[in-house]
Amino acid sequence: MNCTDFLSQLTDYFDGQIPPELLEEVRAHLGECSHCRVVLNTTRQTIEVYRGNEIYDISDDLRERLHSAIMTKCLASKT
Amino acid sequence: MPAIQSPGTEEIHPDVALVERAKSGDTAAFEQLVRQYERQIFRVAQHITQNREDAEDITQDAFLKAYEKLDQFQGNSKFSTWLVRIAVNESLMRLRKRKTSKTVSMDEDVQTEEGSIPRDFAEWRPNPEQIFDQNELGDILRKTIQGLPPGFRTVFTLRDIENLSTEETAEALGLSVPAVKSRLLRARLQLRERLSRYFGHKEGQPA
Ligand SMILES: [Zn+2]
Repeated sequence: MNCTDFLSQLTDYFDGQIPPELLEEVRAHLGECSHCRVVLNTTRQTIEVYRGNEIYDISDDLRERLHSAIMTKCLASKT
Repeated sequence: MPAIQSPGTEEIHPDVALVERAKSGDTAAFEQLVRQYERQIFRVAQHITQNREDAEDITQDAFLKAYEKLDQFQGNSKFSTWLVRIAVNESLMRLRKRKTSKTVSMDEDVQTEEGSIPRDFAEWRPNPEQIFDQNELGDILRKTIQGLPPGFRTVFTLRDIENLSTEETAEALGLSVPAVKSRLLRARLQLRERLSRYFGHKEGQPA
């Protein structure tokens, strides 16, 4: 397995969807390739940092305003 | 990452009953669905459009559409996936309007090679959270995701931020599962590459 092969398995690796035979090859490559180890770790950190920090959260005020606007529009449409 | 559902334990989603009640004219049931998903729909819209006013409009329009089309909802998919699909379509339409001539679709920017070959191999140690405060970190994360092509941004948002499964993401975007997987990989690698400029430290280099 080379680095390109490894990358093509990365998504399935995160999802735990790699068949056992292939998983051995993936692990063997990780054992010998520090670049792919870094890519694996930092890609995982990329996902975690976005999940852990809501960058577009909505304030309670905005949420209430939005909620009433939605309900007003919907109720007005069914007349 | 989403767990694989074990067979035989599939329960009926609580939304199913709410949707049924809403269909028969129970507005309180519909309002409960709005409460449940307004936050998520707003976030998705803002991630795709990168604009708060647009996201507010889209959230309202998406729920209005859902309300008006409730009879057409078949229940083959989750209500939330159906709703996200409406919001994604509204968001992409909004982007198209803004970028007058340039088309924005889920199919564009697949040609970009950026990020498909990793170039930065520095570990992120210490963690980004240990280097930057909340505000700085938020700025970096926003700036970075803004730089992604809309199609990649959308896949990353649904799959990694909103935690939809690959299949649900495919359904919400009208894409095949392989297409979602390839866009997701590219999106993650591009973000990783860009964030490495802020977070990556070569061994022996001061943080
Ligand atoms: Zn490698």
